[in-house]
Amino acid sequence: MLQLSNERSFDTAGGMETGNAGDMAALNLARLIAAAADTIAAHAEELTALDQAIGDGDHGLNMKRGFEAVRAEAEAFSAKPLPDALKAIGTKLVMTVGGASGPLFGTLFLALGKEISAAPNRANLTAAFGKAIEAVAARGKSQIGQKTLLDVLQPVHDALLQGKTALEIADIADAAAEATVPMKALRGRASFLGDRSIGHMDAGARSTALLVRTIVETLEGQP
Amino acid sequence: MSNVGIVIVSHSPLVAEGTADMVRQMVGDEVPLAWCGGNGHGGLGTNVEAIMGAIDKAWSEAGVAILVDLGGAETNSEMAVEMIGEPRSHKIIVCNAPIVEGAVMAATEASGGASLREVVATAHELSPS
Repeated sequence: MLQLSNERSFDTAGGMETGNAGDMAALNLARLIAAAADTIAAHAEELTALDQAIGDGDHGLNMKRGFEAVRAEAEAFSAKPLPDALKAIGTKLVMTVGGASGPLFGTLFLALGKEISAAPNRANLTAAFGKAIEAVAARGKSQIGQKTLLDVLQPVHDALLQGKTALEIADIADAAAEATVPMKALRGRASFLGDRSIGHMDAGARSTALLVRTIVETLEGQP
Repeated sequence: MSNVGIVIVSHSPLVAEGTADMVRQMVGDEVPLAWCGGNGHGGLGTNVEAIMGAIDKAWSEAGVAILVDLGGAETNSEMAVEMIGEPRSHKIIVCNAPIVEGAVMAATEASGGASLREVVATAHELSPS
C-alpha cells in the first residue's frame, strides 16, 4: 500500500497479516473511496455556496454525484491493480461530475493512474502526482496563481517532495485553498467577474483541499 | 457522407438545438450534424458521454468540427475527443468561435466540400484574437 515515507508507513493495516499486496491495496482503496465520498457529501452545500459566489453554482452537487458514482463501484475498482483502479475512478468522474470539474478531477486520477506503480513508494507517488498536475494544467489550459485547483495541487506536490508529514500536508492544502481568496480568477466562469472574483475562495481549490485532508488522514488511520 | 461533420455543444439543450435548426436552414442535410446540451440530469451543463455520442452521430471520414459555448463545454469536448482516442481523435477539432455564428459558417463551408482545416479556419475567423 501507499507508503509516504520509507521509515513511517501510511498503511493503516497495522496488526493485520501482510497478506498479498493486491488484497491490502484493495482494502485500503475501498476505505479511501468511502471516506472521499463522505467528505464530498458532507461539504456539498459549502462547495455549492462557494461556486455560487463566483461560478455557476453547481460544484457541490456535481462533485457529490461523481463521488457517489465512484462509491457505487468501489468494490469493483478496489479489485483492480492501483493504476487501473485510479484510471477507472478518473473515467467515472469524467462521465459523471460534468461541468469543468469532471474533466479536471477526472484527468487528475487518469494521469495519476497512468504514472503510478502498482505498489508506490513516496518517490513514485510524488513523481506520478507531479505528472498528473501537469495533465490537469494542460486540460484546463491553466497555470498556478489563476485561482484554480492547481493552486492547491502544486503546494501539496511540493510538500510531498519536501518530506512533510501527512498532517502537515493536509494543513498546507487548507492554507493553499485559503490563499486563493485574494486571487483574481483567470480561468473558468469566475474569470468573467474579473476583479469581483477577488475575496472568494475557489470552489475547486476547496474541494481539492478537502480531498487531500481526507486521503492523508485515512491513510494515517485518523478520523 | 464525405463532408465534414458539425457538432454543437452548449450548456443549454435549447441553445444547442436552436443552433442546429439554424444550421439545417442553411445547409439542409448536406452536412452530418449533431448537437447536445445539458448535464444529463435535467440541468444546464455539458456531459462527456453525450458529446461522444454526438461526435459518433455526426462522424465523417473528412472529420468533425465542434462548436462550443462556455469554458466547460470546451473542456468537456476536449476530454471527449481524448476518450474517443486515436485514430479518430486526429480528425476532430474543437473550434474557438462563437457557437451560433461559428456553427452556421462552419457548416456552410463544410457543405461545399471544404476540408476540416478550411472549415475550422472559417469558424476561427469569427474570433477576435
